[in-house]
Amino acid sequence: MSPVLAGVLQLLALIAALALAYRPLGDYMAKVYSSDKHLRVEKWIYKGIGANPNTEMRWPAYLRGVLAFSAVSVLFLYLLQRLQGSLPGSLGFKAIDPDQAFNTATSFVANTNWQSYYGEQAMGHVVQTGGLAVQNFVSAAVGIAVAVALVRGFARSRTGELGNFWSDLVRGVVRILIPISVIGAIVLVACGAIQNFSGIHEVGQFMGGEQQWNGGAVASQEVIKELGTNGGGYFNANSAHPFENPNPISNLFEIFLILVIPFALTRTFGKMVGSVKQGYAILATMATIWLGFIALMMWTEFHHGGPAFDLAGGAMEGKETRFGIGGSAIFSVSTTLTSTGAVNSFHSSNTGFGGGIDLLGMQLGEIAPGGTGSGLYGMLIMAIIAVFIAGLMVGRTPEYLGKKIGTREIKLAACYILVTPALVLGFTGASMAMDTPKNSMTNSGAHGFSEILYAFTSGANNNGSAFAGLNADTQWFNTTIGLAMLLGRFLPMVFVLALAGSLAEQKPIPATAGTLRTEKPLFTGLLVGTIMIITGLTYFPALALGPLAEGLAS
Amino acid sequence: MNKSVGNTARLLGAGLRALIVLTVICGVIYPLAVTGVAQALFNNKANGSEIKDGGKVVGSELIGQRYDLPLKKGEETPAPDLKWFQPRPSNGLGANSVNTQYKLILSGATNLSGDSGSMKKGDSEVCDPKAEEGLCAQVKAARDAVIKDNETADYKVGDIPAEAVTSSGSGLDPHISPDYADIQVHRVAEKNGLDVKQVQKLVDDHTDGRILGFMGEPRVNVLKLNIALKHLVAEKG
Repeated sequence: MSPVLAGVLQLLALIAALALAYRPLGDYMAKVYSSDKHLRVEKWIYKGIGANPNTEMRWPAYLRGVLAFSAVSVLFLYLLQRLQGSLPGSLGFKAIDPDQAFNTATSFVANTNWQSYYGEQAMGHVVQTGGLAVQNFVSAAVGIAVAVALVRGFARSRTGELGNFWSDLVRGVVRILIPISVIGAIVLVACGAIQNFSGIHEVGQFMGGEQQWNGGAVASQEVIKELGTNGGGYFNANSAHPFENPNPISNLFEIFLILVIPFALTRTFGKMVGSVKQGYAILATMATIWLGFIALMMWTEFHHGGPAFDLAGGAMEGKETRFGIGGSAIFSVSTTLTSTGAVNSFHSSNTGFGGGIDLLGMQLGEIAPGGTGSGLYGMLIMAIIAVFIAGLMVGRTPEYLGKKIGTREIKLAACYILVTPALVLGFTGASMAMDTPKNSMTNSGAHGFSEILYAFTSGANNNGSAFAGLNADTQWFNTTIGLAMLLGRFLPMVFVLALAGSLAEQKPIPATAGTLRTEKPLFTGLLVGTIMIITGLTYFPALALGPLAEGLAS
Repeated sequence: MNKSVGNTARLLGAGLRALIVLTVICGVIYPLAVTGVAQALFNNKANGSEIKDGGKVVGSELIGQRYDLPLKKGEETPAPDLKWFQPRPSNGLGANSVNTQYKLILSGATNLSGDSGSMKKGDSEVCDPKAEEGLCAQVKAARDAVIKDNETADYKVGDIPAEAVTSSGSGLDPHISPDYADIQVHRVAEKNGLDVKQVQKLVDDHTDGRILGFMGEPRVNVLKLNIALKHLVAEKG
């Protein structure tokens, strides 16, 4: 069997698994966020928090909950790292420097998991397991909560009430993320991922001498890192490390975990707005882009353009033998089209075009299928833009899911899509204009520029993967990428929740013959086009200077 | 004013309590429970899939190692011990950091691009034959070494697979492709005084195909292969 065919078969197996999980998980999640009942353990948690889970919140209150919880999380994670030197279970690692601790704290709270530190050489058990891995759960749950609030905005009328943030947060963790993680972690251990607390110790080698191992709670962190579309590796090599991703089965399973919630949320959305077909249209848009990107990535990586790859006879630099080109290409696209950023191959050593596909995937706003929650709300914002454009073409007031898209809604959607490009291009431009940031590059020329463009694209879009040749542990990058992650996560949430509130206040308008049928393939096509044109125009000049220049030359 | 300060404080307090409760669940109970189950059901795997030989731990089947001669005076890096099958190159984390060479202290890739160490020729980029640094130079050096090390009186190296001359993502790749193992068979047989057929059979026996015929790539675990080789040599001797 040729490697290309094997790659395609792995893709088909993955699609089959996702299709099997789609309905049950999507329906289950709809039930989780619609049910009136609280589990006993949840009641204890609400008592601990001191919050009444039955209070309905309007959008400002919901937003305050999100921001308060996240602010406390950043502070807690920052302090945990600053105090590492004095905490037990820290394996002798010292306190993290202030700029790096700020960067890492914002990174994990913002569901980005950009890492300017080396996991196995910086973080002990307490920070990894008790700090970083906890944010993997809760930041994912916050993302889903905000998406659910927006969906409620479409589903509800004449109220303005969006649900209860504490209840959505706790249910996401307790009923969705924890159960899947427990099963998934055991599957990963069965494949060979490690799960122990042995810390740093020496292990004998074949030729004598010793290897230094760092044993920790890896499988339990690995599973939620993928499931919650977080992406922060226990080890520096992330999911390329054999202890995180030991074999081809674990590899496919991890890709499945990355995609399963974001895709299934379209079913949840369809259920909650009372038309699963609307969910299918969104799903079709996501799947089209995802499949298209995988096809392009497979083509360019198997084609291996680039002088060094031509000499080597294949683009295997930065890739593992057990995954090969196919297993690496699928992972690479899935991690950059969601907000995951875990890597099983190093994107900086992709072909020029391959790196460009990774970049473009993030620049689309990570909506195909996107991060847990953030993918769905990002895609719904694009859907609003698409119906607006369609409305301009025929001269009708645009509407979506029975809600009028008026001036206020369009303003909020426009603000949403302007935030990340402003952060990415602004900070990239500033870094290139200054003298010292460029010293951090490993590669020169077009690829060197791509390293910096990639860093801010990844940060502002909350991805977390890197062209990791860039030495990002400098005060400049720790601070600016930290800000990009924070603003790139929470400003869009402000606009989403404001939009949700304004939609929930409206009264529904009945569909007429002139209403754009947003559950039809025509709309899916319009939506794909809108996404490509808006992003393409915004980022094309920057992409031309980096990956396109590199790809065309080789 | 006082009221809004009070409200903010109350809200932050709720956030802090929520974080503490969820930290206990996700950061303490969950990892401990998973560790307990993992240690009970998959003890060896949960602890790193250690391999023993002659009663001694010789590494993990998941983690690659180097098979080198002792470092000689004046050498920066030790020369490979050609008696043993050799792993993929491992050129560390690039210019910004240390070269880890399968030491496991730090995992990671070179992050070098496909046009690293190239030059312009006409409209396109080609490898610069004079470059001493960059991916082109690394691949060229690795290719030269594969040819020089493996050619014997009656064996000429043909096509070299890409993974034999490139570094992996983790820098700890435990595998090589069956093609690269085949290239090494003649040399290993000669250095150990074994029959080529015997060594080839050893490689074939240690080749893992794709799982279920389509998952992953065919591969050979270098550590397991070398352990088997060691036993074969011992039987002979």
